[in-house]
Amino acid sequence: MSAATITTDAVKDVKGDARISPRAHVRHTGALIRRNLLWIRQDPESMFDAVLFPVIFTLLFVYVFGGSIGQSLGGGQEAYVQYVVPGLMAMMGMNMAQGVGTGFNQDFNTGVMDRFRSLPIGRGSVLFAKIAVELMRMLFATVVLMIVGVLVGFDITNWAGLLASVGLSAVFGSALMWVFLTLGVIMKNAQSVQAMGFLVLMPLQFGSSIFAPTQSMPGWLQNFTDYNPLSSLADAARGLMVGGPAAHDVWMTLAWSAGLTAVMAPVAIHKFRTKS
Amino acid sequence: MTRIDNNPDGRARSAVTVRGLVKHYGETKALDGVDLDVREGTVMGVLGPNGAGKTTLVRILSTLIQPDSGQATVAGYDVVRQPRQLRRVIGLTGQYASVDEKLPGWENLYMIGRLLDLSRKEARTRADELLERFSLTEAAKRPAATYSGGMRRRLDLAASMMGRPTVLYLDEPTTGLDPRTRNEVWTEVKRMVGDGVTVLLTTQYMEEAEQLASELTVVDRGKVIANGAIDDLKAKVGGRSLRIRPADPLELRPLAAALDELGITGLATTTVDTETGTLLVPVLSDEQLTAIVGAVTARGITLASITTELPSLDEVFLSLTGHRASAPQDAVPTDAREEVPV
Repeated sequence: MSAATITTDAVKDVKGDARISPRAHVRHTGALIRRNLLWIRQDPESMFDAVLFPVIFTLLFVYVFGGSIGQSLGGGQEAYVQYVVPGLMAMMGMNMAQGVGTGFNQDFNTGVMDRFRSLPIGRGSVLFAKIAVELMRMLFATVVLMIVGVLVGFDITNWAGLLASVGLSAVFGSALMWVFLTLGVIMKNAQSVQAMGFLVLMPLQFGSSIFAPTQSMPGWLQNFTDYNPLSSLADAARGLMVGGPAAHDVWMTLAWSAGLTAVMAPVAIHKFRTKS
Repeated sequence: MTRIDNNPDGRARSAVTVRGLVKHYGETKALDGVDLDVREGTVMGVLGPNGAGKTTLVRILSTLIQPDSGQATVAGYDVVRQPRQLRRVIGLTGQYASVDEKLPGWENLYMIGRLLDLSRKEARTRADELLERFSLTEAAKRPAATYSGGMRRRLDLAASMMGRPTVLYLDEPTTGLDPRTRNEVWTEVKRMVGDGVTVLLTTQYMEEAEQLASELTVVDRGKVIANGAIDDLKAKVGGRSLRIRPADPLELRPLAAALDELGITGLATTTVDTETGTLLVPVLSDEQLTAIVGAVTARGITLASITTELPSLDEVFLSLTGHRASAPQDAVPTDAREEVPV
């Protein structure tokens, strides 16, 4: 895109010692992770959502809807606990994705991104650090969810399955993150990113099998929920954690993750690179 | 490492070389063929009103955006082809302090040190040093958000000095600061220049350019309209005046009358300033200046001081562009990208 040319032959050594070594990448990412962790220390309230989200959602769904939805599952509230906790776990990845998007947007708006971009660091470092910290938040929220879950009667039968679910949720969250990164780069402020994310995620979350089985939904909605990746993710988590068929849903989730990344990652990276 | 040799004939090396730089934003030409040379160890002031293209220039020179055409090298590194090497030798202080407000001052500097590949120990030591130097030691542990405007700018300056840059960009470093804080920042900038850093300073303030820069490039609507040493520029647009202060203020009137008799400078343009006890006489040539001094001596008037004064930069700008630098320009599309952080 640039027609800028060098007339001197001297500039052949374009790469030279300009390459950033893997060790330097790790160092840069480490320094930026420290920055994001300091944010949390400076502003502990930013962890509220990670703590409160699993608590409120678990209590709300188990005690408000648990009894009636549980009946349709052929049990009661206890049956619903087994149903909804893996579903909520599937949602943790989404919060992570949203966090990366809004955080990125804030950096662009404060001018600190200019500082980073004028430093001799790989641009990926800023992104990797954000992802690492949001992953930590996600794991923290998952632990809280499990504690609350167990307190309301969730029975962890399969620890390996639990870990696999966390992993799957993180994979899907990372794929979804590219969507939020794109939003984060193109939208004016963090509030718009959050509002936009809410508008997109709300129908996806509730139009899925996260909170309730889809059998009783009207046909057109079932068509939607069947192809909703969040349904796949929730059903996969359920299969992995409490038993039942999981393979198909795991593959579906992975396919969705790969597809989202393939389409949205180039868009996000392009928008990031060309943002002036 | 190959570098372009800017020093073919032994003159002072050029730290920043810009040739025919063009940058469009849609229909707006933010830069329309800019040439610029900043000699090593000097301060170049880039003076111009809002939307003149100053920030666009700095953003290209710090590799934040790419030019549409033209060429620019900083410390011998090309802005387009060698951005990573270039980033190692520059420091950037934007008009909007680009520090992380949520982080304490010390943490800001430490982070930048680590990003510049200093070891932990080096980063710690340098952060302490710079906080001390910019009088921020006491505020080191507080989040930058709690800092006053001046403290934030000082932290921003400290941040841009972490990597011991050879070229420093100061993009309107005092915009939005009160006069006292502005003086504080000026003092710091002068100290940095004393350390031998080459500085490219953009400003809308004539006074700032006069205070800090030795050379000046005046830009307007993406074009360079004048450049050179500040005093040369002022001399070029003419209007030199002589300020004479007689030892005895009572001799002001007789002195004015004597000059009037001389007949070369009309009394109409000679200003008697009773407040400072001085006489301001416009002079058009060296001969006139000699004649005036001769007339004063012939009358036997004792002088306390006699100085030549050059016109203010505002007047320079007016005579160069035909409009005042500070006046709103209705005909010019103000480029929003120019002065608003994106």
